[in-house]
Amino acid sequence: MVVAVSIGAVNIPVGDVWGILLRHLTSGGATDDPALDQIVWTFRAPRVLLAALVGAGLAVVGAVLQTLVSNPLADPIVLGFSYGASLGAVLVITLGGAALGGLGGLGVSGAAFVGALAAGVLVFALGQRRGRLAPTRLVLAGVAVGYVLLSLTSFVQLLATPTELRTVMFWMLGSVAGAQWDQLPTVAVVVLTSTVVLTLFGRRLNALLAGDESATALGVDVNRLRAILLVISALLTGTVIAVAGGIGFVGLMIPHLVRLTTGADHRRLLPLTALLGAIYLVLVDLLSRTLTRPNELPLGILTALLGAPFFLWLLRRNKGLDTV
Amino acid sequence: MKLTVDRLHVSLDRRPILREVNLEAAKGDIVGLVGPNGSGKSTLLRSVYRSLRPAGGVVRVGGDDVWELSARTAARRTAAVLQDSGTTAGLSVTEIVALGRTPHHGLLGRDGAEDREAVADAVARCGVTPFADRDYTTLSGGERQRVLLARALAQRPELLVLDELTNHLDIRARFELLDLIRSTGITTLAVLHDLDLAARLCDHLVVLHEGEVVAAGPVLEVLTPDLLRDVFGVRGDTERHADGVVRITYAAQPLALDREAEPVER
Repeated sequence: MVVAVSIGAVNIPVGDVWGILLRHLTSGGATDDPALDQIVWTFRAPRVLLAALVGAGLAVVGAVLQTLVSNPLADPIVLGFSYGASLGAVLVITLGGAALGGLGGLGVSGAAFVGALAAGVLVFALGQRRGRLAPTRLVLAGVAVGYVLLSLTSFVQLLATPTELRTVMFWMLGSVAGAQWDQLPTVAVVVLTSTVVLTLFGRRLNALLAGDESATALGVDVNRLRAILLVISALLTGTVIAVAGGIGFVGLMIPHLVRLTTGADHRRLLPLTALLGAIYLVLVDLLSRTLTRPNELPLGILTALLGAPFFLWLLRRNKGLDTV
Repeated sequence: MKLTVDRLHVSLDRRPILREVNLEAAKGDIVGLVGPNGSGKSTLLRSVYRSLRPAGGVVRVGGDDVWELSARTAARRTAAVLQDSGTTAGLSVTEIVALGRTPHHGLLGRDGAEDREAVADAVARCGVTPFADRDYTTLSGGERQRVLLARALAQRPELLVLDELTNHLDIRARFELLDLIRSTGITTLAVLHDLDLAARLCDHLVVLHEGEVVAAGPVLEVLTPDLLRDVFGVRGDTERHADGVVRITYAAQPLALDREAEPVER
């Protein structure tokens, strides 16, 4: 991560980066070179940390949702959470805070968070049958809600000015360029706590792999488990998307990569997925700000472009996924 | 552990599925649950492994109403092998067997010596050892059922609930599984479609028809020609052969009796 901090529009020797970081972490004093200090401490360090947290969060949500709805295609996008966040964010960007009253007061991040949660609640409500959360129903509800939200988002975009549209596009494709230190504590707490809590549910998630009825016979209250995990997932997605926008692929592919290499036991899968998600997004963010130096590419473009070929290669090597 | 089902009523979508069902299995008994499709067999099993809350009546395992027990406590007493295979791809055979330890742990529980011993015992007993490291999806039907039975035994249950354990298996695999179940000595309630297998495995049979128990008792007393005709719509007879095995002989045209009684109008 320190290396990631050192590379960018201006390359800074790794040694100097360590020096600057250490000085801030110990005494908080200013450095000899204020420009370098600002690049490292104000811009790059929070950005790399945020990329790691966002990558970890998205990947963990994906892994949990895939098991929760027994569908290898599930991720925050398929279940509509991401589109809820997009609608919230785009509304604030185009119509501005004033037009929206209370919602506007939340800013883009707040609106995205509320949007993701609202979509989660809606999918949750529609995915029930006889008071039970049915996997297929949840996925279908998620896809349907997602389409509606996407249409609304597109409609709102028609009302946007070209400048606003650029902001919207950049947000929807995802970026951690705007990272600031004061965002990090909340995101860090949510991502780390959720990952730990979800890992504690690992044994029960494993049981869920055996099917709903079998899991029940293994002493798991399947309906309650689904409800708890959906709430945590929506919270986690909302928090992450609110600060980084709609980054695709990570939630879908990273969990499968880990499953294919180290197996599906959630007590191992979730921590490793978080780790790989973090590493992956830090690397992608690094590329996004170096490939077209000094311009930047949105993360969402690169995550899939880089990850998909590798994933397809792994898929061809491994026949185990055919039967998922 | 003793299983008692007392005047059980179950409804789904306000439609009654089970009415006034009574059933008893003494400790160590193997009770077969038979009946045509849609007679309520799986529903009865679901209320025993605490998946479906009954509208009336009680299911007692070891003397306690299963709905008074927590899900985990109930699952430490009752293990089930069901037909929903789930998407266990990605888990190794040993990991699937280890799922049986789920009810023995809370959120913070870690695997201990007792868990490893229970899993190793179950693996050895069910003959899963030769393919313990293979991917579940590459196993044959008989091997898969052995793995699921091992998972149930790893639960260290005192009541086994089996739903069509021997479906789609070849004859040898069927017999091996039945012997395996008998050898455990655990009280068992098994739904079986194949009456010959039911007669071979079970001490007692309970016959469900349209949500009600129409006969219950020792195999020979239950599977009478009248019952075979009225409940299953076939003509046949049951007798115990010299080797001790109960066999059913079906007549050439199962429905001939009905045709004679009520000529089909064309």
